[in-house]
Amino acid sequence: MEPSDTQVSAEVEGAQRATGLHLVTPKVRRHSTRPRSVTLGIRAAVLLVLFGAYWLVAIKVNDVNKLPTPREIFDHYGTLITGQDLIGNFAISMSRAAKGFAIGTSVGLVLGTIAGLTAVGEEVVDAPMQILRTVPLAAMLSLFIIWFGLGDLPKLLLIALFCVFPVYINTTSALRNVDRKMVESARSFGLRGPRLLGDVIVPMALPGILTGLRLAGSLSVLALVIAEQINSNSGIGAMLINANSVFEYTTVFCIVVLYGTFGLLVDLFFRFIEHVALPWRRGVSVR
Amino acid sequence: MSAAPGTEVERDRHVAVICEGIDKRFGGHVALDGVDLVMREGEFVALVGKSGSGKTTLLRILAGLEAPDAGTLLVPEARTVVFQEPRLIPAKRVWKNVSLGRGRGAAARAEAEAALGTVGLSHRSSAWPATLSGGEAQRVALARALVRQPKLLLLDEPFAALDALTRLQMQRLISDLVEDFAPATLIVTHDVEEALLLADRIILLRDGKLAVEVAISEPRPRSLGGAHFDGLRRELLGELGVTV
Ligand SMILES: Nc1ncnc2c1ncn2[C@@H]1O[C@H](COP(=O)(O)OP(=O)(O)O)[C@@H](O)[C@H]1O
Ligand SMILES: [Mg+2]
Repeated sequence: MEPSDTQVSAEVEGAQRATGLHLVTPKVRRHSTRPRSVTLGIRAAVLLVLFGAYWLVAIKVNDVNKLPTPREIFDHYGTLITGQDLIGNFAISMSRAAKGFAIGTSVGLVLGTIAGLTAVGEEVVDAPMQILRTVPLAAMLSLFIIWFGLGDLPKLLLIALFCVFPVYINTTSALRNVDRKMVESARSFGLRGPRLLGDVIVPMALPGILTGLRLAGSLSVLALVIAEQINSNSGIGAMLINANSVFEYTTVFCIVVLYGTFGLLVDLFFRFIEHVALPWRRGVSVR
Repeated sequence: MSAAPGTEVERDRHVAVICEGIDKRFGGHVALDGVDLVMREGEFVALVGKSGSGKTTLLRILAGLEAPDAGTLLVPEARTVVFQEPRLIPAKRVWKNVSLGRGRGAAARAEAEAALGTVGLSHRSSAWPATLSGGEAQRVALARALVRQPKLLLLDEPFAALDALTRLQMQRLISDLVEDFAPATLIVTHDVEEALLLADRIILLRDGKLAVEVAISEPRPRSLGGAHFDGLRRELLGELGVTV
C-alpha cells in the first residue's frame, strides 16, 4: 500500500544530501481571502491618515479663509443648517441626482444594449453617441433654459446627459466582450432572445455594466454643480457656486466634504450591489 | 501491493518530487488526506482516480498553484503544467504563447518554433489560438510546457477532450518527448488504458488518499495485449469501482 513514513523521510534526507536537483517548497500566491473587516479597516485607516494630514496642514496654515480646520468646518455646518437650510437643499439635490441618474442610466443601458448586441444597432447608435459625448454641456446652460425653462426639467436632463455616456460605453463594450463560446453553447441549448440575454449575456457582462453605473453615480452628483446654476436658488450645487462667488470658503469646504462623503456612500452602495449580484466571483479559486 | 518504485536504475536517479503527509481541505470537505509521493528524474507517473478524488488538487499543489494545509512538499523550481484546457492567450499568436515570458528576440522565436516543430505544428506558428483545433491547441500547450525544459512536467488530463485518434497520436508524442527530455512527469488521467500505456508507475487516489500503487517495467512504446496487462487493467478498474 502506501510507503511508510520512515521510508519517505529517509528519502527526503537522501534527496537533500545527494541530489543534483535543487528542490524547493513552492511559494503559493494566495488569493485575497482576507476577512472583510481587515479590508474595511485598511480603507478606514487610509482615510484617517489623510484626515489627520489635512488637519495638521490646516493648523499650520492657520487661516480659516484659506484652509479651515476640521473643527471650523464642523462648526460651520451648524450655521449652514440653521441659516441656509443645508438639509433641505441636500435633499432637493439628492432627489435631482437620483432622478437624473435614473433617466440617464436607463437611456445609456438601452442604447448600450442596442449597440452592444447588434451590428446594425452599433452602426445606427454609435456615431451620434460619440458626437454627443464631446458636446460641452457646461457651456450650453442658456440653451437649456430657453428650451426647457427654469424649473427642474433642464436640471434633470443635464444630469441625465452626464450619466448616459459612461453607462453607454461600458455596457456596449461589456456586452461585446462576453465570451462568444458561452453564447454559442447557450444558443445550441435553444436559448434565444430575452432568455439568452437575461440568463447568459447580461450576467457575464454585469461587471462591466456595473463599472458604468458606478461612474454615472458619481457623475450625477458632480453634474449638480452645473445643473443647479440654472436659476441657482436651491440645492447644494447652487450653494457651492454661490459661496464660491462670494468667497465664503468655509461653506465651500463644507459642501465639498459633503460631496466626498456622498462619493464614499455611492461606492459602498455599488460594492454591495457587486457583492450581491456577482456571487460566482467571490473567493472562487480559478482552476 | 508493494511500493517498489521500479528498477534499480530508477533508484539511482535523482529525486525530483517529495510529498509527505499532504492534506488539503475545502471548507469541510477533505480533498487530500495524508498523501505521500516520491518521484525520480525521468520517471513517468500516472495518477488515476474517480472524478472528484483529488487528482487535480494534488497536481495543483505540486505545481505550486495551491497551498496544502499540512505536509512537506519539495519540487524542482522548473515546473510546468498542461491544464485540461489549453489556456492559450487568445490575444497572442501561437509562437508568442509558446515563448511567453521568454523574451521577444529572434532566439526566443527560434526556441518556440523548435518546440512547435516537436509537436508537429510549425505551420501554425503565426496563427491565432482561436483558429486552432482542440488537439492543435493542446499540442501548443504542450510545446509551451516543454520549451521551459521542466524538471517536473505536470499534465492534468491533457487528452481528455480529444478524439480517440488525436489522443493516440498525443499519447505517442508525449511518450517520445518525455523519453527525450526526461523530466519527472505526472499525468492525471481517468483512463486506465492510457495510464498502462504510458507510465512507469500508476498511483490511484481514492477519497483523497493514495490507495494503490503499481509499477510497470515494460519498455515503451507498449501495446496493451497479454495476460499481464489484462490483469492489471482488471485490478485497477476494480479499485475504481468498475467490474469487468
Ligand atoms: N475551491 C473549491 N471549493 C470547494 N471544493 C473544491 C474546490 N476545489 C475542489 N473542490 C472539491 O475537491 C474535490 C477534489 O477535486 P479535484 O481535485 O478537482 O478532483 P479530480 O480528482 O476530479 O481532479 C472535489 O470533490 C471538488 O468538488
Ligand atoms: Mg480534475
